[in-house]
Amino acid sequence: MAVKLLLEKAHIEGIRSYEVYRREGGYRSVEKALKTMSPENIVDEVKKSGLRGRGGAGFPAGMKWSFIAKPEGVPRHLVCNADESEPGTFKDRYLMENIPHLLIEGLIVSSFALGSNDTYIYIRGEYAWIVDILETAINEAKANGFVGNNILGTGFNCNIHVQRGAGAYICGEETALIESLEGKRGNPRLKPPFPAVKGLWERPTVVNNVETLSAIVPIINMGGEEYAKIGVGRSTGTKLISACGNINQPGVYEIDMTISVEEFIYSDEYCGGIANGKRLKACIPGGSSVPILPANLLLKTAKGETRYMNYESLSDGGFATGSMMGSGGFIVLDEDQCIVKNTLTLARFYRHESCGQCSPCREGTGWMEKILHNIEYGKGKISDIDLLWDIQSKIEGNTICPLGDAAAWPVAAAIRHFRDEFAWHVNHPDESQKRNFGLAHYADPIYVPVTA
Amino acid sequence: MSEQPLFKVTIDNITIEVPAGTTILEAARKIGGEVAPPTMCYYSKLKGSGGKCRTCLVEVSKGSEKDPRPMPKLVASCRTTIMDGMEVKNITSPKVLDARAGVVEFLLLNHPLDCPICDQAGECHLQDLSYEHGKEKTRYEFQKRVFHKVDLGDKIQLHMTRCILCYRCVFTADQLTTNREHGILDRGDHSQIATFIQKNLQNDFIGNVIDVCPVGALTDKTFRFKNRVWFTKPVDAHRDCDKCCGEVQLWMRGDEVYRVTARKDEWGEVKESSKGSTGWICNECRFDKKKVSDWIIEGPSNINRHSVISQGHYVGLKKPNETLSKVMQGRDPKLLMNIHEVSEVNKENIQLSLLERPAHSNDFNQ
Ligand SMILES: Cc1cc2nc3c(=O)[nH]c(=O)nc-3n(C[C@H](O)[C@H](O)[C@H](O)COP(=O)(O)O)c2cc1C
Ligand code: SF4
Ligand code: SF4
Ligand code: FES
Repeated sequence: MAVKLLLEKAHIEGIRSYEVYRREGGYRSVEKALKTMSPENIVDEVKKSGLRGRGGAGFPAGMKWSFIAKPEGVPRHLVCNADESEPGTFKDRYLMENIPHLLIEGLIVSSFALGSNDTYIYIRGEYAWIVDILETAINEAKANGFVGNNILGTGFNCNIHVQRGAGAYICGEETALIESLEGKRGNPRLKPPFPAVKGLWERPTVVNNVETLSAIVPIINMGGEEYAKIGVGRSTGTKLISACGNINQPGVYEIDMTISVEEFIYSDEYCGGIANGKRLKACIPGGSSVPILPANLLLKTAKGETRYMNYESLSDGGFATGSMMGSGGFIVLDEDQCIVKNTLTLARFYRHESCGQCSPCREGTGWMEKILHNIEYGKGKISDIDLLWDIQSKIEGNTICPLGDAAAWPVAAAIRHFRDEFAWHVNHPDESQKRNFGLAHYADPIYVPVTA
Repeated sequence: MSEQPLFKVTIDNITIEVPAGTTILEAARKIGGEVAPPTMCYYSKLKGSGGKCRTCLVEVSKGSEKDPRPMPKLVASCRTTIMDGMEVKNITSPKVLDARAGVVEFLLLNHPLDCPICDQAGECHLQDLSYEHGKEKTRYEFQKRVFHKVDLGDKIQLHMTRCILCYRCVFTADQLTTNREHGILDRGDHSQIATFIQKNLQNDFIGNVIDVCPVGALTDKTFRFKNRVWFTKPVDAHRDCDKCCGEVQLWMRGDEVYRVTARKDEWGEVKESSKGSTGWICNECRFDKKKVSDWIIEGPSNINRHSVISQGHYVGLKKPNETLSKVMQGRDPKLLMNIHEVSEVNKENIQLSLLERPAHSNDFNQ
């Protein structure tokens, strides 16, 4: 049985309430941190833990914290990114719904470490009911002296505010989130300056994901070094994976990043195999923005080694033959799924969600969607495939925020690995409207040359 | 005040020294000529502008003397400050040229290209940009997006279909006027410039949005369809105005004043007035003073030679900085040819630039 640090207690009856959470050992990390540790100690522990941001980019959390500027007399802020809008990602929702006090506990410790007296949770507007859950939890914690003024008599003040977004994926990008939190249009800012220097109201700000901030609790309780022993390499601790698609047991799983992708998909402890006895065709392992992989490259790397569910292994091979851990949104596609249609769906999403500030993303996402629409509906041309490739390459890297890249990568990866499926759509305009390309050779073992 | 340290920066093989805090773009503009990247959204007089259109992308091949690593991505030169010892490639970077051609294509995707009936034609930055950096053919085969024309009051028309969403007018309205009535609705490729529920924009300085608009999306209704800009001649003039600096350009044909605008510099931006502040002009000067007798005429304006306006205008012509040979480090540009050697028409002994009037076919029969 794998180690569980975040969801271990999530299914205890009544864990949403303060009494049960506290009885189960909740808020110990606040006592330990505020009474026995200095902010610097906490940042050190987080550094030692090797915890990487769980929001998508995987940036080391301790390092991010140590970058925060500390100008005299200027307040600092911690902002919890609960905008979770990446298609395929629903782990933060699960955590906040089931064990909200874990997040609140992590927020207080982190706020203490960063010196934030006003901490914000920016939550996606569609999670309206979770706002109530969080506010109840905050009020309970406040009533018990863990939130508010003079926490545990230490003189540390921290208020936690919950702010709802208004339904824009882009407001999950940290600088767009900050703009939105300030009451403005959620357009990403140009960096530099980085939020750590000038963030919310031009004050030093750290933005972290829900899961990242929740993981601070076990790190403080067990110590950074112990935490770092879980997992492998630079993938320390546990990671929440939200699995969906054509699998028998969709849901949120906590893994310790030592298991293989194959085990994750097929074992009964996790996804329980492909639904309806179908075969695996492809998978988007880290949320809609990361490259899609065909079955053969998903289970094994291009070198023929087993691929594991961790940051390094999932990105083994770079974009040519690998993908990314991303936000942990694990989307499985079986042999009946059409990659062209899937790519069109994602392209439509990014076109709809682009903020429209920079020309490559604003215009390029719409163009890609239109071309993919033609191909999907049997009106494509062979030259469209190269055109798509060229458009995505002109968006990638040339935009203000990573949404441009996130729109380009799925298209690039689909063409890179499934070009013949696109070509089949073009060459069989009628047939492609009636049936799918199927599994084809996408699960065939990959030839690995033997070098002496 | 303490002396600002000078930083050394090399752009396209030309090295200059500029004060710390200068952007790559401003440094490149000091060099001038081809080395200055094109800009569609940046406007030095508008705080917060720039970074959006991505036409000014450049490659930083060396970060600084201290940290010589190149920057991993192309950067927006208008919003990236230089470091001491930085090396930048603009026209010497194939990556930049490729990305820029891409940006031009993106900007033109949904642009109607209705130049023949657009008042901006001839002074349109998008026209210049596509002429200089674009490809001759588009690969876009879909319907372009279309918006209805909207009147922003009785003097300004918004033709959103032509807009490239540079945000300049939004910054202008925000920074020159007191109310936030002019902004952006929606997002992505369906976003649009809009006023607060079709509000009539009344502010005394709102007319300046026309001058900052790089395309024909915001035009002067008192000038619409009256003339083509290249048939009119810009003349510097001023009057005593209690609202603005009163220093303008009159666009005249014969003795008639067709249009009044602020004075612009060689980058197409509103110049500083003689008093040192940005030379924004008020609506009264712009829309209501259309008689020569309203103004004290100073003389013909200086005109950049690459502008089509120069075609009927021979006085005060400014030649752009010649930078190509420096960029090529003294070598002759390989791809350029001597037009006299290959042209049957353009005879060597006829110097077009010396003609006192437009060239005529007779000139070549000599
Ligand atoms: C378009 C876009 C959407 C994003 N959405 C989210 C999100 O919903 N939740 C999140 O935690 N991070 C999101 N991110 C990543 C954030 O910008 C930021 O990197 C993250 O909140 C940092 O937290 P971490 O270091 O704890 O991962 C998004 C990024 C982009 C570019
Ligand atoms: S990349 Fe897209 S979403 Fe990001 S700032 Fe540019 S237009 Fe907006
Ligand atoms: S109307 Fe003109 S100035 Fe305003 S955003 Fe559009 S192109 Fe820019
Ligand atoms: S001018 Fe620099 S991005 Fe538009």
